[in-house]
Formats: sequence, C-alpha cells, structure tokens
Amino acid sequence: MSLSRREFLKNSGVLIVSFSATGLTGKTAVAQGPFDTHRSHIDPTKLDSWIAVAADGTVTAYTGKCDLGQGMFTAQTQLVAEEICVPIERVKLIQCDTSVAPDQGTTSGSQSTPTNFNSENLAQAAATAREALIALAVKRLGEPANQLTPSGGVITGKNGRSITYAELIGSKRFDIPVSATAKRRQPAQWAVLGKAVPSLDRTALMTGQFEFMHNVRVPGMLHGRVVRPPEVGATLASVDENSVKHIPGVIKVVVRNNFVGVVAEKQSQAVQAARQLKVRWNPGAGLPAQATYYESLRKQPSRDTLIIDSNEVEKQFAGASAVFRATYVYPYQMHGSIGASCSVADVKAKQATVWSATQSAYPTRDIVAKLLGLPADSVRVIYVRGSGCYGLNGADAVSFDAAILSGAVGRPVRVQLSRQDEMAWENFGCGVVVDQRVGVDEKGFIVAWDCENWVASRGSRPGYDRPGNVITGFLAGFEPEQVTPRAAAEPKEELRNRGNAAPSYIAGCVNGNCRGAGNVRSERVMSYTVVSPFFTGPLRSPERLQNTFAHECFMDEISSHVKADPVAFRLRHLRDTRVIDVLKAAAEAANWETRPSPRAPADVSRKGTVNGRGIACVAYEGNNGYAALIAEVDVDLDTGQIHPTKFTVALDCGPISNPDGLRNQSEGGILQGMSRALFEEVSWDDKRVTSTDWETYKSFYLGFEIPKIEVKLINRPDVPATGAGETAITLVAAAIDNAVFDATGARLRQAPFTPDRVRDALNVAVNEPRSTARGDHDK
Amino acid sequence: MSLIPLRVNGLKHDVDVDQSTPLLFVLNDELGLRGPKFGCGMAQCGACTVILRGKVVRSCVMPVSAVGQDEVTTLEGLGTPEQPHPIQQAFIDEGAAQCGFCLSGVILTAKAVLDEKPNASEQEMREALGGVLCRCFTHVRMLRAIRKYAETRKA
Repeated sequence: MSLSRREFLKNSGVLIVSFSATGLTGKTAVAQGPFDTHRSHIDPTKLDSWIAVAADGTVTAYTGKCDLGQGMFTAQTQLVAEEICVPIERVKLIQCDTSVAPDQGTTSGSQSTPTNFNSENLAQAAATAREALIALAVKRLGEPANQLTPSGGVITGKNGRSITYAELIGSKRFDIPVSATAKRRQPAQWAVLGKAVPSLDRTALMTGQFEFMHNVRVPGMLHGRVVRPPEVGATLASVDENSVKHIPGVIKVVVRNNFVGVVAEKQSQAVQAARQLKVRWNPGAGLPAQATYYESLRKQPSRDTLIIDSNEVEKQFAGASAVFRATYVYPYQMHGSIGASCSVADVKAKQATVWSATQSAYPTRDIVAKLLGLPADSVRVIYVRGSGCYGLNGADAVSFDAAILSGAVGRPVRVQLSRQDEMAWENFGCGVVVDQRVGVDEKGFIVAWDCENWVASRGSRPGYDRPGNVITGFLAGFEPEQVTPRAAAEPKEELRNRGNAAPSYIAGCVNGNCRGAGNVRSERVMSYTVVSPFFTGPLRSPERLQNTFAHECFMDEISSHVKADPVAFRLRHLRDTRVIDVLKAAAEAANWETRPSPRAPADVSRKGTVNGRGIACVAYEGNNGYAALIAEVDVDLDTGQIHPTKFTVALDCGPISNPDGLRNQSEGGILQGMSRALFEEVSWDDKRVTSTDWETYKSFYLGFEIPKIEVKLINRPDVPATGAGETAITLVAAAIDNAVFDATGARLRQAPFTPDRVRDALNVAVNEPRSTARGDHDK
Repeated sequence: MSLIPLRVNGLKHDVDVDQSTPLLFVLNDELGLRGPKFGCGMAQCGACTVILRGKVVRSCVMPVSAVGQDEVTTLEGLGTPEQPHPIQQAFIDEGAAQCGFCLSGVILTAKAVLDEKPNASEQEMREALGGVLCRCFTHVRMLRAIRKYAETRKA
C-alpha cells in the first residue's frame, strides 16, 4: 500500500508516520490504495524517497536500517540533522516501514554505518537535500550559493536576508534524484554528528513509555501461541482439537503441515491451550552425541571454499625450522534475547500488515506474502523494535507464526513465543572447528600459515524467498537452503574476508593483489561448510568471532614458542597500519609489560589465584573496523574459575558518529563476549535441545562481579566510516584465553572456558608442558 | 471470569479475567502498560518486575488474584518523562540502556533495595541483582547509575 506518500504530502502537508501501532492501523485503513508493481515502490534513486520537509519545516527521513537497541536511531537522526543543517529535534526518522521506507535489505553485519554514513543512501540523500535547498534559496534570495549559509533550518545570505526551509519547500516534493556529487559536510564542520548526543530513546525507555514490539496492541487483536515439535526432526501425526475445547476463549487450532498453533481471545488462554493441546508426533531421526559432535564435523560431506592459496605452503612447511598445529573448537551459542520474540499480524483477504522486530523488513514482507499466497506488494511490514537481537533471533520466525495464525482466523493475532520456543528453535550461532598449522623460521618469523575451518550450518536468514531457513517456514513445508557438497575452486578474485576465516597476519595475495592485513605470504585458508542438525544464523560477529578466537589464540601459542612478546610478535607480522595503531594504543593504555607468555611455567604445586594478561586484535571482515583488546584475568587454580579483572580496548571505526553510543556498544560487546567465552553453550541430548531457559543456558546476571573496562577511541575523520558494534566482542574469548595462558601456562582450545575445561587444561599443561601446540615439531 | 479489583500506579481498575491469569498479562493486555515485559514467563530474568508491598515481584508468575488490595507499581508508575523518578533520572544521565527491554527488573530491583536499605553495600546490591538479566550487558552503566542514585539518597 503505497500509503500514498504523495497524497499524504498534498493533503496533510506533513509526511509523518506515527510510531503508535494503533495510529498506524488507522492510517493503513485510510491509505489503502493500489500498490506499485515493482519490488519496492520506494525508488532509492529519488531524493523524495529519503527526505521530506513538512510545512512547518520539520524534516522527515526514511531509512531501511533500523535501530536494534544499539543506537542507530540516534546516530541516523544525527546524520540527517547534520547534513541538512536542522536542529536534531526537528528530524523525524522513520525506520523500516515497507510502505514508506526504501528497501535496504537487512540491518545486520555492521553494515548500517558503512551503508548509510558514507557517500550513498541516507547520507548522500541528506547532502543532496541541503544542496537542493541552497539552490532554491539562490533563486529566492538572489545571492550565489557560496554566499549562503544553511543553519537551523534557515538559509542566510551575506546581505543578511534569510529564508526558511519551510518557505523554500515545505510540504512539496524535491522531484530530483539523489545526487552522486552532493558534498557531505566535512567532519571538521560537524555540529551534531560525531558528538556524544544522548540517545534519543532513553527517557522513554527509563520511564517505561517506549513502545516495544511486545507492547503493540491493535483493535480486535487475538492472542496466539505455537506448539513446536517435542524433538528435532519430529513430524506431525495428529492433533486432537477437542483437547482444548473446554478452555474458554479458544478460537482455533491451526495446523499447516508440521506447523501447529492456537489462537484465543486472551493471552493466558492461548498459553493454556498451547500447553494442553494433545498432539502426536512421529519421532525425529535423533541427534548426534554432543560430546563428540564438534570433532565429527570434519567427517561430514562439505561445501568447500578456498579463500586464499599461495599454492606453496607445503614447500614452506618442509623448510621451516618448526611447525606447530592446534585445533580450536567454538560451540553453538544462542542470541538468547531477553524478550522471547513477538509479532502482530493482521491478515485480511487481499492484504496483510505485520508488525515485526525483524532486521529484514522487506525480505519479511516477501516471505509473509509467500506464506499467505499474496502478492508481495499487498503486504506491509512495519518495524517495531524488540529486545536486543544480536542477529537472527526468533523475530523472523514469530512474524511468520503471526502471519499464518492471523491468516487462519482473519483477525489480527499477536504471537508471543515462550522462552522454550525461542531457545530450542532459534537459529543458533554456528559451531566452528578450526585446524591451524604454522611454520616458523629460525629467527622466529612465521613463514607459512595454513588454516582450515568447519562451519556447521542449516538455514539462516530467510532472505526474500526462503521461508524454510527458519523454523516456522520449515514446519509449514518449506525446505531450508541446502548445503550442497562441492569441491573448492581456485580463488580468482581478490581476498574477501567477510567471515574472518583468514587471520590478520597473512598477506592475502591473489594475482599480486594483496589485501590481507599481514605479511605472511605463504598462505592457505580453506573453509568447509557442513550440515548442522540445528538451524543456524548470524549471531553477533558471526564466524568472525569463532575464527578470530582460533587465530588470535594460535598467534599467542606461536609467540610463546618463539619466546616473543605477544604484542611485538603480532607487530612483526602486521602491515595494515590501522590494526597496528589499535594494537599499540591498547598496549599503551593497559601499560602492557613487554615479555613472553606465560609469566611462569606451569607448576603443579601452585595453589590459590594467579593472574595474567592477554591480547587479541582484528581487522574486522578485513576492512570493516579495527580493534585490539587486552584482558587481565585472575585464575583460581583450585576451582578452575576465571575472573576477568580488566579489559582495555582500542577501536577504530573511521569517523565516529557518536562516541557515547560507541562506548556503550563496546562496553556491552565486551561483557557479552565475556559471557559467551565463559558460560554460553547450546546443549542437547539424543533428541532435543536441552538449553531452553536461563538455568540451562548460562548468561551472567547483573549481580555478577564485572571487570573494569577502559575504551580508547581512535577517531579518523578522513576515511570512510566502518561498522563498530561487533569488533570488540570478536576479541574477548581470545584475549581471555591468552590471559589464562599467561597466568598459568595452560591453553584452552574449546569455548566456553568452564572450570572443568580450565582444570583439564591445567593438568595437561603440567603433565605435558610441550603440548601447547599439538603435533609440535613436524621435523 | 470475574471482575477483579486492582490498584496500579495510583489508579483503580476492575479487570475481567480468570483468577489464575498472570499479573503481567493483565498489566500488558488489560491495562495497556508497557513497563513490565514478558521475558521468560518463569521468573528467571526480571523483565516483568513490578513493586508490590515494597518488594519486587515477578509479575509473570504471580496470579492476578494474589495481588489483593495493595498497590502495584510498574516502571511507568515511578515517574513520568517530564518528571522522572530520581533513579530513572540517574539512568537517563548515565545513558544506562541499550535495547532497554530489561529495565523494569534493573531499575525497580535497585530501587526496592535502596528503599529498604539506603546504605546497602555493593555486595548486597549485587545479591539483589543476582537474578536480573541484561543480555545487552549494559552492566557498567547500570551499576554506575545505581551507585549515583544511592549516593543521592545517602546525601
């Protein structure tokens, strides 16, 4: 429903979409018009698709990148205020409503800032708008553009005459394309962007007024719950609808293939019905044993990707003075959003509206259309913020649940997942196994690095056409994207390190074009994707965290073997100045003591607490953010417990949009990384996932004793903006592991670092002191 | 179903729900309150926290019939955007939120502890927050805001 922006502008003079769900329903009803036929009726090449100036001079901006609770609402509002030169209070930002916002795909992968803050999209549109306003003022004020100054929504000339944006264009369309040559305001001029503007949502949040997805209520709304299978792979045998007939308020039991749900008048009735509904299931095929699962990944048929290959690593290994090997294991982990996911759908005969906390408004629109058999442009998806998602949590699946249930009853239905629905069936962060092999010369330089990883994968984001990539679509009869085994082809294009499969220390050369951050020219990185029994999907720093854990720990192992200081050893193998700078900045801020690790050899007679420090660094995705992190930890040798005492992080994300928001993200990312490194692990038995609540999936609480955190920001106004929300978390497991090694001489090669694993590693370190790199010297 | 009298944030209501309905569903669905939220439904995370008889209660597991005549206070009952309660103001000043979904548990638990014991030690505060979850891990700022509020209470 094109909500007819045009009509809106003409009639009301103000193009504002309220955040209130009930308000939206009303407007939806009014604005039901014919749909345009192309995928998005919002043409991103037109300025009017991004920016509108109302009759009162208020600027409304439309973005396809939404705030997931990480500050993008505030930062994008700052950006628009800065480029158009209006006070931030006069900017209204509309996020990810498919009836009015451009299709920017999915808000993910630390891509919002690179996409919208550089020389395209929202930033470029806002710059175009400013230049267009100045061009209009040239005509009205009769002065050349270079004598006009835009500020506070007013353009003033040298002669003192001025004119407001409202007078220039208020409630009218620009009717021009987004200019590729419009000039962004220079960081040195910035008055709003780059400043620590307090997050715009905070007062509403703290006073309980903020409307989350979970708060959306629409008139006539019913409540739904889903009944997921009791075990992985189970299929539906039969449903006894009579088993819930006695529950007051039950409207309908909905079955579609293996999808089962209930709809009731009230939420508690839906909960009761979902619990009491008698469903018979055919058992699934069973699950592989968790204890040997990760080791078994390398035996599976795989889809192979050769990321880089100098084709001579074996020769280098043969000539190396020592070769080291180690295997690292990182488990499946959950997004574990604190709010079990929720959505509201209102499906009518020929159209549907879905309120969703999805990161993917337009893709969700297309999937919902597919599930309902409607044309995509008959579906409107309205983004409403949910609890922090950290990636593909249950938000997409529950939106599909709501659409199916509403479609079955013809009334609006709100679906709230239970904690178990959320945790047993979300798309987990992948389990990853990494085999490392490095050769060094007699001077302690790395001469070859060979690395292979196995990534267990099933499903992922549904995109525009894969409902089966998440549980609801799968149950409703759609297959997930298949992992088709395939041998690797030779890498032909330049190094792409989106998953950080390649360590920062390799040169990354293809046909003489070297895009790696390091200087190790003998290099081979192979990635094997194998089929996972569980659904998987992006979880904050997807694969990047797992791979970086393996690289940064192994780098530490090698530096210990050659008796080099871990910082100095890294510097020796890096050539990307931005990684080098964050590494040095972190070391300086933490008063890094230059010496090899471990501090002292492992000693079986030692008792009590020992402490150590460890470092890790990364060029995130090769070039999308740079960070170095130092962890200081205490290790209780008796209990095997690790207590991080301090983290020092140095970050470079180019020009900083909001230093307060960046600090907030970094502090949170570090502690989330600490929870994942120390506690979090998906568990299962022979049939089903067994980590389905906060007692079986451990995440540390607010009462947990937390370390000090020091954040050093390196602002670089002269380069493009990169992502920043995923860099710090990428390093935490490695930095902690390296600090434990420094303190004890014990090397942890499997996360999370539970006390049992720490005690096992301590025993190994004491009994087999040369085992720190398994396989040790090949020659 | 029967009409159940309920006092919430200074207002009286009669709600027409089954007696066993969790208080949280009544607050959200019948009264349209946004502060307390469904996180786990098992009293494990704190997102649904409200204050009743001076104590924090997990409203997701409390049947509405157990509330009785006493006043229920939710996060929006503490203060308003125009006049936030001092502990809310401390959280605003510190920017102590990311997604903000957990705030009912965080703010109301800290407030209840300090109401009962204005000089509560760090250890006592940690114990009280031992069942409050924030998955964005905004711990640094939240604890700073709580300390700041505690200081103003002592002064």
